[in-house]
Amino acid sequence: MTLLSVENLGVAYPTRRGNVQAVTGANLMVEPGQIHGLVGESGAGKSTLGAAIMGLIDAPGGITDGRIHLRDQSIGGLDKAAMQALRGAKISMIFQDPLTALNPLLTVGDQIVETIRQHLDLREDEARGKAIALLDRVGIGDADERIDQYPHQFSGGMRQRVVIALALCSEPDVIIADEPTTALDVSIQAQILDLVRELAREQQVGVILITHDMGVIAEITDVVTVMYRGQVVETGPTAKVLGNPDHDYTRALISAVPPPNRKMHRFELISYGGGLPKVNIDELSGGWTAPLSDGPLIVAQSLTKLFVQKRSLIPSRRRYFTAVDDVSFDIRAGEVFGLVGESGSGKSTIARMIAALYSLDGGSVHFDGEAVDRGSSATMLNSYRRQIQMIFQDPFSSLNPRMRVDAIIAEPLRHLSDLSGDEVTRRVDALLEGVGLGSAAGRRFPHEFSGGQRQRISVARALATRPRFLICDEPTSALDVSVQAQILNILKDLQEQLNLTMLFISHDLPVVRQMCDRVGVLRNGKLVELADTETLFEAPQHAYTKELLRLMPRFRTG
Amino acid sequence: MTDMPSQDRMQAKKPPSRWVRMWDSDLAWSFRHSPVALVSLIVVLILVGAAVLAPVIAPTDPFNPASLNLMNGFSKPLEPNAFTGEVFILGADDQGRDIYSTILFGLRISLFVGVSAVLLAMLIGVTFGLIAGYVGGFVDSVIMRIADVQLTFPSILVAMLIFGLAKGVTPIAYRDEVAIWVLILAIGLSDWVQFARVVRSATMVERGKEYVQAAQLIGRSGGAIMLRHILPNVLSPVLVIATISLALAIIAEATLSFLGVGAPPTQPSLGTLIRIGQGFLFSGEWWILFFPAVTLLALALSVNLLGDWLRDVLNPRLR
Repeated sequence: MTLLSVENLGVAYPTRRGNVQAVTGANLMVEPGQIHGLVGESGAGKSTLGAAIMGLIDAPGGITDGRIHLRDQSIGGLDKAAMQALRGAKISMIFQDPLTALNPLLTVGDQIVETIRQHLDLREDEARGKAIALLDRVGIGDADERIDQYPHQFSGGMRQRVVIALALCSEPDVIIADEPTTALDVSIQAQILDLVRELAREQQVGVILITHDMGVIAEITDVVTVMYRGQVVETGPTAKVLGNPDHDYTRALISAVPPPNRKMHRFELISYGGGLPKVNIDELSGGWTAPLSDGPLIVAQSLTKLFVQKRSLIPSRRRYFTAVDDVSFDIRAGEVFGLVGESGSGKSTIARMIAALYSLDGGSVHFDGEAVDRGSSATMLNSYRRQIQMIFQDPFSSLNPRMRVDAIIAEPLRHLSDLSGDEVTRRVDALLEGVGLGSAAGRRFPHEFSGGQRQRISVARALATRPRFLICDEPTSALDVSVQAQILNILKDLQEQLNLTMLFISHDLPVVRQMCDRVGVLRNGKLVELADTETLFEAPQHAYTKELLRLMPRFRTG
Repeated sequence: MTDMPSQDRMQAKKPPSRWVRMWDSDLAWSFRHSPVALVSLIVVLILVGAAVLAPVIAPTDPFNPASLNLMNGFSKPLEPNAFTGEVFILGADDQGRDIYSTILFGLRISLFVGVSAVLLAMLIGVTFGLIAGYVGGFVDSVIMRIADVQLTFPSILVAMLIFGLAKGVTPIAYRDEVAIWVLILAIGLSDWVQFARVVRSATMVERGKEYVQAAQLIGRSGGAIMLRHILPNVLSPVLVIATISLALAIIAEATLSFLGVGAPPTQPSLGTLIRIGQGFLFSGEWWILFFPAVTLLALALSVNLLGDWLRDVLNPRLR
């Protein structure tokens, strides 16, 4: 019998410019013990659908039509109080960020016991016993001791386990997990996904797993529903939908996922809903290509960076945290050098040290044979800066919201080159045409563009001074997968046609495999392995690299 | 965020003009739908208009001794004077000055002092806040400790201290002339702290954003980054605080003047008028006090309500 069914659900948010229909005519069926994946890009309405089932749509938004049934009971139109009783008791939720889902002022035990007693008729000590059993069940060792600890004493992965325990307290029928592993590192993600799968099987709970990550979908879901712009476009068994999709959008989405098991020349972009903007490399570069020199362009030797952990006037009492520890590598002219590692491994710090944004606490950086660091002379630094540029991770914070797009792109030119005003305008127009936005885009402000368009603006800015060396710091991790594919293709084109040298930083192994010629693996600030990409992926040497590769979600196409 | 390919080329659509954009902005929309904000703005505009046009619309020049007639003293509002038969809509004071005219001129002084003091406080506070937030470390500690120390004194006390000091060093002959400027200085210096605090914390948030790193990457200097990049992004809380401090500054000026350490009787502000009026309150001449006080109330209240509305719209989390 169907556990949860959603029929023809519509959710709308009224705004001053009329209703925004977030979800239209959505259907969804969940069976007991089944993991139902809900996948789509940002704005697809997948989280809204989850919130609607929970009855958590924020006013003034609301469910406009359709029905939601839990077993035989209709729960779509319940009032607040009835919904509150149901929520948690029958349906519970696991949120994306375990940091904000727990109250930092209460011990983990207090929070679980309170939730248990709210839903089940148990005495305090019985509830505590159950809480310990639950923590034990979700894989927290020494549960009877750790139950009295506070959330900050748990690591990110452990905290997410606590959140899962919390969701299980009331013995729910359905659990809605909204991007439960997005905030976690890949090694922890694998453990959490295993746990979710086990629990679903064992307790016969229906799980709705909301995610944007095709790898996660392929890994653990039984059935998948694909959403696009508030509508369900396809639903079916995971193997069928991923292997042989019926809908064009699903096909487009899958073609954009970087395969972990092989290197492709370019992403095959199947456009859905209109033509893709053309990128014109000649326009971008004005026919300019970076001179190819022999040997390494960047030589980083024994890079070391300390961050102050505890300040003190007395030097011996200061404490430091070594973010980057004796890292050496070189980047040959014209190659893409990748740095991978989990959060906190020091990869972004290294990028900023090479870009002379951070000072060096040890070691040296040589660019084209010359030493550079923050202490170099201004003329030296400016000539260096003209030749290096950076593309940042977050397209929403990397463009100044109060500056017009043309001013943003022109800034490096105005500051670093001696072009006249007219020449700057012409170069900016050409750059905007080149990245496929059109020169009229220059008169607009960044907030008028989508994430992918903003990242194109970042690319235009980075290429304005015609650099030889480009640092890409997680350039696509904030983007949807189809947009990621477009941006990665642009970067590949640039790299090949302009002889650009690149430092490509990412935590995403499949992306690294597509982009890089050589890869360095970082762990806790140390470089543990450095090899050609294919060698690294096919025959990893270091135990940590092997572990990372083993845990990478398997999603194979083609 | 989904990239809609068909929208990627924006060439076809011409961006709307600045005025259309402003009218259509969320701020303007929220304003049109807030009765409180609308009424407040109308009251403020009327008062400011009256102050600016005072020399034109005032029926008499209260500072021209030649136009004064002592016989008009204590005329009641809207009643013909028993001796001269002249009618004053809001009555006349002990010297026979028209209250309506003195209010118009008093409003001028009050607004001038208030606005200038806030501008001064803003200039100092924003500058120090930007530097403290951007540079951080030792500089930040020094600036913020000074701010903390100043916060331990009531600002009116600080203002009186500065006023007293300035008065001490000015020759007697010039005291009345410089009194207004000293007043602006005193209120401005006592009010910079909250600007500095808000700008500092906003700056620390902005400093961590990647667009600031992008500017550092191309080698912009600290000053250029603070002015070109960070300042425009921290201005909206500044606007809110400026509006609310304007109301406070006007009241501070009135308080100082009421205490007799503010605007001199030769250039009376609303506070001076209230001080003069309170002497007659118990002898039945209520209008000398009442009308300046109501004007002050209307001005401060409507500026404050505007500030509250701005705060709610621009930064709901400040509440």
